[in-house]
Amino acid sequence: MSSVPLPPLIPAFAHPRERRFGNRRRRTLWTIAFCLLLLVAVFVGGYGLGEKGLQTALTERNQVPGLDHPFGTDWLGRDMLTRTIRGLGLSLMVGLLAASISAMLGLLLGTLSATLGGKVDLMITWLIDLFFSLPHLVLLILISFVLGGGLRGVIIAVAFTHWPGLARIIRAEVLQLKSAEYIQLSARLGHSPAWIARHHMLPHLIPQFIVGLILLFPHAILHEAGITFIGIGLSPHTPAIGIILSESMRHLSTGYWWLAVLPGAALLIVVKIFDVLGENVRTLLDPKTSQE
Amino acid sequence: MKTLTTFLLRKTARLIILLAAVSVISFTLLSLSPVDPVSAYIGADMTRISSAQRELIAARWGLDQPPVTRYLRWLQQALQGNLGTSMIFNLPVLQVIGARFLASLGLMGLAWVISGVIGFGLGVLAGANEGSWLDRVIGFYAYTLASTPTFWLALLLLIIFSVSLHWTPICCAAPPGVLAQDVTIWQRLHHLVLPAATLSILGVANIALHTRQKLIGVLNSEYAIFARAQGETHTGLILQHGLRNIALPAVTLQFASLSELFGGSVLAEQVFAYPGLGEATVQAGLRGDVPLLLGIVLFSALFVFTGNLLADLIYQLVDPRIRLGGAT
Repeated sequence: MSSVPLPPLIPAFAHPRERRFGNRRRRTLWTIAFCLLLLVAVFVGGYGLGEKGLQTALTERNQVPGLDHPFGTDWLGRDMLTRTIRGLGLSLMVGLLAASISAMLGLLLGTLSATLGGKVDLMITWLIDLFFSLPHLVLLILISFVLGGGLRGVIIAVAFTHWPGLARIIRAEVLQLKSAEYIQLSARLGHSPAWIARHHMLPHLIPQFIVGLILLFPHAILHEAGITFIGIGLSPHTPAIGIILSESMRHLSTGYWWLAVLPGAALLIVVKIFDVLGENVRTLLDPKTSQE
Repeated sequence: MKTLTTFLLRKTARLIILLAAVSVISFTLLSLSPVDPVSAYIGADMTRISSAQRELIAARWGLDQPPVTRYLRWLQQALQGNLGTSMIFNLPVLQVIGARFLASLGLMGLAWVISGVIGFGLGVLAGANEGSWLDRVIGFYAYTLASTPTFWLALLLLIIFSVSLHWTPICCAAPPGVLAQDVTIWQRLHHLVLPAATLSILGVANIALHTRQKLIGVLNSEYAIFARAQGETHTGLILQHGLRNIALPAVTLQFASLSELFGGSVLAEQVFAYPGLGEATVQAGLRGDVPLLLGIVLFSALFVFTGNLLADLIYQLVDPRIRLGGAT
């Protein structure tokens, strides 16, 4: 962009990690591939495993994790690995749905707030502040209680509590873009607002939106698990991770540690992977850090 | 001083608007809810009462009135300090919240202080040794914590320390079968250890990462470079220039994190069956105690607001750059 030739950005002697795993771009692509594989594995695996593992088998009760049952079995002889994968599938689905709705809401309200300005802006920023003024979990309990619980209640509750952060980011971004010189110039050159929005604004907003969406995802899953753990969300018969963990509480004092430890660890790993993915995509999309 | 008064007045006005908005919205949501308060109250005995009795209860509670009238009635009572009666505890809502909050306050306070101190320390360590293995380890720890479900960590601690090692009690805030006035302070603390540890371990992440970032910023600033040029050592630089500049943002951040602390305490109290406000929130939600739920929603808004207000206030009082009505 500048006429002065830039110094080479890639050092002659790459960091040992870079030599082994490629640069950040390549590593991120691998992470994306891995995440997608995981998603597919959880979804397909959940159905592929069938109902066999979920049926009660009283001869195989309370087995310690081993070769037959990597995650052990519960007090009804159900295979914990099958239950965990089913639960993760449900959590991922809820998380994906809720995070998408939430991100759309954030994008919509953030853009509206910044472009319309005036009273609309005041209203929306006030609403954002209002959402930040209540603890997330209290709001989640309130909304899912109002909706009478159930899967629908959980999805709506999670979707309606996670948009303000992204809305704030998008609003700031649009406001900054609006005052940017090249956009003002473009308007003076006679381009219509729609043209400017399409060619100048969208390329800036899409990365923000994608990163926001991916980073919302872990939050949504964690909150979904939290609210089902409390017992307000889903019926006790659904194999959600939160429900598996809350059931395991009753069997803790008997020493069946695997009922709680392994499903929770699986949840942690899934959430962590998406967090890493989001952070990597962010560094990659941000022009300031993408060349590192 | 005059500016401080106007500052507080403005904040009070904001608080009143906030509470009014929260109450209107929660009230609207709750009145739209398909959960019938009468059947939620009576529960399994619903089949045993006739529809006439049902009407009677509804009329006694004013449920036959339109929502606006109901809200105004509630508001009128609320302004006089009466938030209604909790159905599950059969006590005035304010009394329930007061007693439960006192129990939670110990838990949250302990976790708040511990996570603040440890988080700050880790942040300084990581920032001072930027790029080292120590920095990497702390960073990894903090980022992993951000993905850890609170209740899972609580369960993990419970399994290790209570079930396997028998070091800590498995539930509640006091040993069973002991009268409330006979519980000693050590017994209370003993029961507090694990829930507080859960919240502390998780609370560290945010403050550590922010402190690290701030310290790196200070160490790379021009005045730090000049100080170095004059012969200041790395440790001296951190003690003289670093700590002062990063302590304030850390304190304000910690005050602003009360919202997450509250949410965390709901989950931790649920695992340890600790009879605090969080547990009461869950009970209110599960068993449809609308007055209590409404009271807790308002209270949590007040709680978070107080945290943010204190953060603002400390900033205003301590930081000369943005002192109220200052030179700028």
